[in-house]
Amino acid sequence: MNEKVDVLIVGSGASGAAVAWSLADTKMRILCLEQGEWMKQSDYPSNRRDWEARTYDDFAISPNRRARPTDYPINDDNSPIKVVNFNGVGGSTIMYTGHYPRLHPSDFRVRSLDGVADDWPVDYAMLEPFFAENDRMTGVSGLAGDPSYPPKQSPMPPLPLGKSGARFGRAMNTLGWHWWPSDTAMATTEYDGRAPCINLGHCTPACTQGAKASTDITYWPHAIRAGVELRTRCRVREIVTDDNDMATGVIYYDADGVEQFQAAEMVIMACNGVGTPRLLLNSASARFPDGLANSSGLVGRNLMFHPYAQVFGYVEEPLDSNQGPPLCLWSKEFYETDSSRDFVRGYSFQFGRGLGPVTEAIFSAADGRLPWGKNHHAVYRKLVGRRIGMSAICEDLPEAHNRVTLDPVLKDGNGIPAPRIDYTLSENSLRMMDHGIARAKEILAAAGATNVGVQSPILNGGWHLLGTARMGTDPERSVVNEWGRSHDVKNLFIVDGSIWVTAGGVNPTSTIQALALYIADQIKQRLGTLFD
Amino acid sequence: MQTQSFPSLSEAETADLRAVAGVAIPADVGFGVPAADDPTILADILATLGRDTGDVRAALAELSVLAKGPFANLDNDQRDEIATAYLAGSGVPARTLGRVMLQAYYRDDRVVRSLGLEPRPPFPKGHTLEQGDWSLLDPVRARPKLWRDAP
Repeated sequence: MNEKVDVLIVGSGASGAAVAWSLADTKMRILCLEQGEWMKQSDYPSNRRDWEARTYDDFAISPNRRARPTDYPINDDNSPIKVVNFNGVGGSTIMYTGHYPRLHPSDFRVRSLDGVADDWPVDYAMLEPFFAENDRMTGVSGLAGDPSYPPKQSPMPPLPLGKSGARFGRAMNTLGWHWWPSDTAMATTEYDGRAPCINLGHCTPACTQGAKASTDITYWPHAIRAGVELRTRCRVREIVTDDNDMATGVIYYDADGVEQFQAAEMVIMACNGVGTPRLLLNSASARFPDGLANSSGLVGRNLMFHPYAQVFGYVEEPLDSNQGPPLCLWSKEFYETDSSRDFVRGYSFQFGRGLGPVTEAIFSAADGRLPWGKNHHAVYRKLVGRRIGMSAICEDLPEAHNRVTLDPVLKDGNGIPAPRIDYTLSENSLRMMDHGIARAKEILAAAGATNVGVQSPILNGGWHLLGTARMGTDPERSVVNEWGRSHDVKNLFIVDGSIWVTAGGVNPTSTIQALALYIADQIKQRLGTLFD
Repeated sequence: MQTQSFPSLSEAETADLRAVAGVAIPADVGFGVPAADDPTILADILATLGRDTGDVRAALAELSVLAKGPFANLDNDQRDEIATAYLAGSGVPARTLGRVMLQAYYRDDRVVRSLGLEPRPPFPKGHTLEQGDWSLLDPVRARPKLWRDAP
């Protein structure tokens, strides 16, 4: 029999780790259940000669391909963008690029400014102290002075521009367009026990050096030292409620597949924009026949991904290829709404350094650029190390028909229904992507690149899982309130990307974590009346 | 992490794979590189098929259909014609067969050295990345703010 805890957090990724650390100073008994395992840096791909091949194997970004026992399958057949994630202590921060922009002030006021979607019940100014706190805990590298953001200061200096970044910088200056070294979750100096980046280059499928800020090496060591318990290989099946519509705990399967009940005074969900609605929908009961916390009917709806339009080309001189963190710069030239365009809202560009030799060969052979047979070697040598490219990361507006439901057939290793994704790209997104592709081709031309290729949308590009349990003040139009508490179940909170109202046009991890810290702070300020 | 075992290819399938690899990525004296049917590279391909074994086996079966018999029985010109056209297709078995050959080929020491790279994993040595010219940012710093005030 598991002893009752005060706070039960489901999921140890970006938001779960942040909220666990922040709540630890209350001295409440806090437990986090994580379906994955602790990762070992010695197991990561960049230790071995097959480092690139493992992105098609045990470090594939798709859980369906990776298929570790700790993963759950996802039916995304009815989506042009496939879900990518990682399950382990640290969640998807184990397998992200560490590109770390914040949302912009305008992103929280899209209805007021642009007449679309809805405003958030929080704003940039409210989150600003939590952005700063999260930057400090995460260890962010960046350069102050970016005119596309309100003033901010990263704890560490930025990553080097390298050859690729300098070439892009010159091209952007020629065009007169904004660019700036990215904020990244990479340590560029010794930081909080982490070693500095040594340009392994293979950052996304986990950082062997420990320079990339995955939460297993940032928040979790501090949270555990402060008394938080983290229990791995525990896959939660459902949240249990009583006759008073209060959560009493969760049912989960342990590493041996044995069903367990964990009682808790309050439950905090941090399972991402697919895992959270999956668990809420699977927690249906007589009192909550449409799924838990779903009186609005919005659990699982309004899924937003960030469609990526990727454009690349080749230059004459060898550049940085895989020999540095893959993303180095951003541009916000086309971020804010411009009424002269045929779409509303906007996008960021994120600029990449290049690819490793195996990946270049595989990608180029797949799109017909690299022939098989007698011309193979001559062509390959004009490609390898010479690729530069960028992606337009486009704001995906919320649409109710883009949703997560429970698959009627597919199940995970414990027999829990798998999530099913139904998603289409909107006309606004398609026009935005086309705009991004056209501008990217201009940038590549200015950078001296030829042999241009396009992938739009990036197929395995569903990194950002947002909007499926949105926050708001109106219980009929939102799932949680303005401080993350369920409207229906007053001791149930959600802190992951599910609660986003709109998506902005940036990688979301920084804002997900700042929002989790904000909600934790709200909980601490309201402890006496938390469930009223 | 659990390890799965996968059935290995038959002798006939291995012979066909060797024949495909030899024409798909041929040796090149000028660049100083072996073909993908080099014994060391072929052994690496075979040893690391893993979860791709089924798709590779399907690809070899499709090639046998195109060859109207064992692919390895064809002469070199016929192998080249059929294999290069097949691998340029978009089917999952063809793409997988191409990928497993490229994965092993472009990590072979001789091939990696021919590209001017060191045959080693990224860790622990890492790489050196030049800082670049930070003065390139001067015109960007001089711009007025781009972000919108939000009500």
